[in-house]
Amino acid sequence: MNGLLQLGLRNRRAVPWAAVPRYAPEAFREIVIRSVADGWRIVTLFGMPEGANDTCLTAILAHDRRSQLDAASAIVGERYEAIGPDCPQALDFEREVAEQCGVVPNGHPSLKPLRRHPADHRPSARPAAAVEREAYAFTRWEGEEVHEVAVGPVHAGIIEPGHFRFQAHGEEVLALEIMLGYQHRGIERLLETRDRSAATLVAESIAGDSVIAHTNAYCGAIEALARSRKTPRAQSIRGVALELERLANHIGDLGAIAGDVAYAPAAAFFGRMRGECLNLLMTLSGNRYGRGLVRPGGVAFDIPPDMAVEVADRLARLRDELTPVANLFFQNASVQARLEGVGVVPQASCDALGFVGPVARACEILRDVRHDHPYGVFRFVQIPVATTWAGDVFARSLVRWIEIRRSIDFVVDQVQALPRGDVRVPCGALASNELAVAMEEGWRGEVAHVVITDSDGNVRRHKVKDPSFHNWRALTVAMPGNQISDFPLCNKSFNLSYAGHDL
Amino acid sequence: MLSVLLARWRQGFRTSPFPGGDVRFPERYRGRPTLDAARCDAGVCEACARRCPTDVIRLHPDGRVELDVGASLFSPDEAAACLGGALAFTGDFRVASRTREGLVSRTGEVELAGALDAESRRLFGRSLRLRSVAAGSCGGCEAELVALGNVVFDMARFGIQFVASPRHADGMVVTGAVSTNMREALLKTYEAIPKPRLVIAVGACAINGGPVRESPEVMNGVPPDIPVDLWIPGCPPHPLTVLDGLLRLLGRLDGAADHESDTAIG
Repeated sequence: MNGLLQLGLRNRRAVPWAAVPRYAPEAFREIVIRSVADGWRIVTLFGMPEGANDTCLTAILAHDRRSQLDAASAIVGERYEAIGPDCPQALDFEREVAEQCGVVPNGHPSLKPLRRHPADHRPSARPAAAVEREAYAFTRWEGEEVHEVAVGPVHAGIIEPGHFRFQAHGEEVLALEIMLGYQHRGIERLLETRDRSAATLVAESIAGDSVIAHTNAYCGAIEALARSRKTPRAQSIRGVALELERLANHIGDLGAIAGDVAYAPAAAFFGRMRGECLNLLMTLSGNRYGRGLVRPGGVAFDIPPDMAVEVADRLARLRDELTPVANLFFQNASVQARLEGVGVVPQASCDALGFVGPVARACEILRDVRHDHPYGVFRFVQIPVATTWAGDVFARSLVRWIEIRRSIDFVVDQVQALPRGDVRVPCGALASNELAVAMEEGWRGEVAHVVITDSDGNVRRHKVKDPSFHNWRALTVAMPGNQISDFPLCNKSFNLSYAGHDL
Repeated sequence: MLSVLLARWRQGFRTSPFPGGDVRFPERYRGRPTLDAARCDAGVCEACARRCPTDVIRLHPDGRVELDVGASLFSPDEAAACLGGALAFTGDFRVASRTREGLVSRTGEVELAGALDAESRRLFGRSLRLRSVAAGSCGGCEAELVALGNVVFDMARFGIQFVASPRHADGMVVTGAVSTNMREALLKTYEAIPKPRLVIAVGACAINGGPVRESPEVMNGVPPDIPVDLWIPGCPPHPLTVLDGLLRLLGRLDGAADHESDTAIG
């Protein structure tokens, strides 16, 4: 973003921490704002303690079209000039920094607690948090017949906890505000303080439906810092597992969307076929969500030839069973009427707020880590990026269906032509004073893990970003103008992770 | 309409034969852990317990080792931590117990859940309504609870359903390590369920904190002021593990009634 890219930062390639450009707070602010205006996107922006009194802010930026990554940093004290007012992508990251590090971004328009927890990354001499845990004030709309609807944290179904506050006029939603943090477990501190084998189990539990995506990204960062070079076979198996995870969740989402518009046949059939994909992951790893498979240095389980044949056969059968059900669903006029024009996310909001994954691709934005910042098997095998244009529930469903077919093709191809070799190599100690960024296109979108080591090679900071961090904001963009009764449908079409956001 | 019927016909009958028939798991499936003491080199157990990333291997005060299935994440790393190679995972999916102690033994045996007393069985045996509360979870256990409703596991065929209000519920299913931010909502939900009520802890997090145990932001599972009637280990437990536990509790599995317990439920 400085135009020179001397840092040489790449997805899963470590760089010396000292080489990350250090700016004065005001220059840092200008650079982030100018870069985003020039087409860069904030992957993550986070703080860590620097000495006893200061905080080091680090921004990781990506230019997806040019496949470039870059980083910048600045040391700030108790306050600095907020970036968010001139760069909305930074707004929620600055709420996060304020909460974690006890730093106040001056002039931030909505400095509310994000997850409501103690400042666990503040410099030792800083007494307290910049935001109070319980000081959450909802924005209220005033006016005749305007009313407020509060939902959660415990919901009607089997769903993770979160609180939704609607300002409504009759059935029409005027505004939605989402208060999260109920699932906060202190994941980043655990990743920073636990030994590697326990930390790997924590990484597997960041979001229970994105086990592979998060563990791939976690291992990607650790391996980059340890100079551990995975074998091509391990990379292929990681890719296979990632796409099986995508298949299970995308198929399950189509079923859930069908259920929310009361189209029972598709809900039942998709629901069952989601399980087929989980069972394939169980065949591969012994666990329906792929736990135990991805480990630093490669994977813990190989795919022997007979299993490869079995996986390919079962997926081919699944493709044959899926197609007629998808046709039933997408061609049904009453389904179309319930999905089209509902929960629209404008493309301009995607650009301004940096949404990721199928939410962005349903707005005709080509954004996919597998394509933009290729890594592992995706450097050799390209899956075309699926986009649709309307930005509504129908478009998000259709993106999923296109991706389902492409993921099946990918897995069938891969298991039939796995590279020879071992599946796991040693992964030793981490290099000292380095930074590594590992991004992964999970089924919800871009997962990112950033690890910075100290002079002893210990983890100094481990920043996790789940795609839900960006896309919860998209739900608040999509809801105004819709009916309250369409909220479950809109919500399902995003299907975001509470745990991944709350960490 | 014809295309719907055709699709229905093509889908066939998909419901699991459980509990009547034979249930098959893939070879690599990791069910209940077991400890074969004969393979253990005496003296290194302490080292293994230290190496193990979870608390599944624990030392009894007498110096011998025991397995806490409730703490297990059913992870290959746990088996690898046992230097003597004595810890292995079986294909047994049945691990639910009525007591926390029932999950701890020298060999990994679990004291499988016995049925409720006759009065509770009369109340809940043919119709059980549950409220799900996720509290500091990763979403994995909830995904398996949702799967219990699909056509394969079809929990509703046993009269068991999840309901939308604690007022409609006979009990509560808790998942997650119970985060500080969910403690109050969990207690309020519990209080809102009419008595007599059941509490079911699902997953390693709800049992002892799981992978996030000892984080300052969690309570290491269901707090002691909420009495638990059924413990279902796993990370996450397979849907059939949950179903097996529920049916044992209701005395709906052969042999389960033999272990009838008179424990009163809160």
